[in-house]
Amino acid sequence: MTSDKAFQDFLSEAQETVENLNRTLLALDAGKVDPDLVNDAFRAVHSLKGLAGLFGVGRMASLSHTLENLLDSLRLGRVAVSAAILDLLFEAVEIYGRLMAAVSEGRPADSPEVDGFVARIEQAARAGARAQTQKRQDLALDPSILSVLSEYEEHRLRENLAAGRTLFRVHAAFDLAGIDHGLDELKARLKPLGEVITYLPTPDSGDGEGIELDVILATDAHHPAVAGAVGGRAEVTELVAGRAPLAAATGARAEEDATLRSVSRTVRVDIRKLDHLMNLVGELTLARAGVQGVLEDLRGEGHLELARRLQQESRVLERKLDELQSGILEVRMVPLGQIFDKLSRVVRRISRDAGKEIRLTISGADTELDKLIVEELSDPLMHVIRNSIDHGIEPTDVRRAAGKDETGTIWVSAQQRGNHVVIEVRDDGRGFDEDRILETAIQRRLIDAAQAADLSRRELLNLVFLPGFSTRERASELSGRGVGLDVVKTNIARLSGIIDVESTRGKGTSLIITLPVTLAIIQALIIRAAGRSYAIPLNSVLETITATRGEVKTIERREVLTVRGQTLALARVEQALDVARAGPTPERMYVVVVGLAQHRLGLVVDDFVGQENIVIKSLSGPLNAVPGIAGATELGGQQVVLVLDVAALVEESLRGEEAA
Amino acid sequence: MMAQPRGIIAPVPHRVLLVEDSPAMRSYVAAALETDYEIVGVESGFQALQALPNGHYDLVISDVHMPDINGLELAKFMRSSPTYRKVPLILISTEGSDRDVGRGLELGANAYLPKPFSPAALRELVKRFVET
Repeated sequence: MTSDKAFQDFLSEAQETVENLNRTLLALDAGKVDPDLVNDAFRAVHSLKGLAGLFGVGRMASLSHTLENLLDSLRLGRVAVSAAILDLLFEAVEIYGRLMAAVSEGRPADSPEVDGFVARIEQAARAGARAQTQKRQDLALDPSILSVLSEYEEHRLRENLAAGRTLFRVHAAFDLAGIDHGLDELKARLKPLGEVITYLPTPDSGDGEGIELDVILATDAHHPAVAGAVGGRAEVTELVAGRAPLAAATGARAEEDATLRSVSRTVRVDIRKLDHLMNLVGELTLARAGVQGVLEDLRGEGHLELARRLQQESRVLERKLDELQSGILEVRMVPLGQIFDKLSRVVRRISRDAGKEIRLTISGADTELDKLIVEELSDPLMHVIRNSIDHGIEPTDVRRAAGKDETGTIWVSAQQRGNHVVIEVRDDGRGFDEDRILETAIQRRLIDAAQAADLSRRELLNLVFLPGFSTRERASELSGRGVGLDVVKTNIARLSGIIDVESTRGKGTSLIITLPVTLAIIQALIIRAAGRSYAIPLNSVLETITATRGEVKTIERREVLTVRGQTLALARVEQALDVARAGPTPERMYVVVVGLAQHRLGLVVDDFVGQENIVIKSLSGPLNAVPGIAGATELGGQQVVLVLDVAALVEESLRGEEAA
Repeated sequence: MMAQPRGIIAPVPHRVLLVEDSPAMRSYVAAALETDYEIVGVESGFQALQALPNGHYDLVISDVHMPDINGLELAKFMRSSPTYRKVPLILISTEGSDRDVGRGLELGANAYLPKPFSPAALRELVKRFVET
């Protein structure tokens, strides 16, 4: 019965609500004692409960129900907010995440952990219950106010009165059109003074085109201060509990009537729809290239005036297409802050489990990346951070002995550089122990002693990304089920990203992840090899160099080139793809240096053609299974070229290295 | 009220104002009712106050728990307004605070529907106040 759209809305709203809940909890955890925050958390689980109930996700509803009871007790002051309870709430956020992942993948959300967790919450609520200090006194307050207060609002009113605050009624009149704005302004003026208990709207006494509003404010301030804060915009009356009737309205009203404004400024869009739009842009770009071809023909046949006009129109079209493309790309962008929030939660929990004091400093949370990339980035980033906590930051006593700040720091920063985003995770821990890395790598037969002697420092550090390398000796919660940095590398590589490591013994470690801003449309280098054109995604191209045949050396049957003192393995595109070459290799060679995570490979090509923006289309049929081909793309003039899969080519060359 | 000449003008569907801060909940309610009614959704009590004078509504469905102006305050507002006093009001809320529900009914809400509810239950209830 539930429509698919409603269900999609449910999923994305539940997701957002859980993210908001997490942010609220983080603010509470940071020590802000604000009843509004507790109420926000309550409202979040309350709406999750309602949503989960309607959309038939039973486990989520029962989890929310229990959490709602707990949070209701917290906001009504029956249970005190404590670190233990916050921990439980953070755990709940993670369980929500798992439940929603299950639901969105169509798996049943029947994780049995929920039942046990629910029991623990109930237990915590009982343990934290405060003895009721005194019987509730009847409030001697105007019943017309009291009757509209929700239970929570009434509780806040009592709390404020008990704290000796004074109640004020702030009466303001709004015209319909200006109410949103007017309310925001009034809120901003009142908030610093104290707590707004409620807003009571009353129809105005005139033609019904305006709204009069009574704001009930609890504050330590006196009448002149409150009156001063609202300026001439509202009437301020002190409410002596028991008297002060809500007077009928007075006050001026501005001119009325406005059309009903759009109720929401945002829409939710399935990312696949954006992919589709992006493909259309790609096709339009091709159509424009076709027009360009016609233009050349016109010119060739001497229709110069027509050609000139067509050229003008075509340029306008090109500009608008560019705008359209960047407009669509912009819509796909979301701030990295979305996952950074999760990181703070994990750091908090894990560092405590590990018995270490760790401060997390985040910068660049507003840096934007493609939504799909941000989602895929979450796990690898989490893993890198876990690694820092587990292996990087030393235990407190070790740090003290080393004369370091007892609290370790992890910096996570992001910044955009051109078409890439660079994310750095840095810690001030012990740094990598190079001797141990070598020892482990040899012991696990990842390299032999002879190779070890030849390693540059950079190559040595990069050993930690090899599959099977893991210096971990004990299984802990943080080691994340025995997953090593090699998985991080693989995940980053799948996003066309590169990961690099820097480390100073005793000072700390830095992992630097470089990612393209989007994968939807990419810049590619068009090259020619063995008489055909190919596209190489530019985000994995590090540089292009030229060389002569004489500079190429053969080591262990593999061609290599020495570039700035470093050995670069070479691969010939036609050989990698098993394409026949007509004629001998030219004397002068062009080499495209590509990078995948920490690996480098030089692709030998015949010529560079240029750079193009391309949309990769996947291949079907027999070509689909050809390793080294990521897909195809169309260039102007209906020319179809194959896009090289840099990751696969690099992997292939690494395998060759091991075999050699 | 003047009789509508039948058969010449198609009957105008009844308009329902839906006040609910959750978009998914709005979709759910809209999906249940939109074949028979014209649904106008707003996301806060304040937007409801703005929407009310701008269109004739035959029914208001409102969530109880919303920030700033909640369903109870909206109920009180409507019942004290000469214009909206008679417009039926259904409060919807996740079951929980009985006290809040009781207050809502005391303030003049016509009915209360606890979440979760089925589309059929909602249609049944709406039909009691607005005949199609």
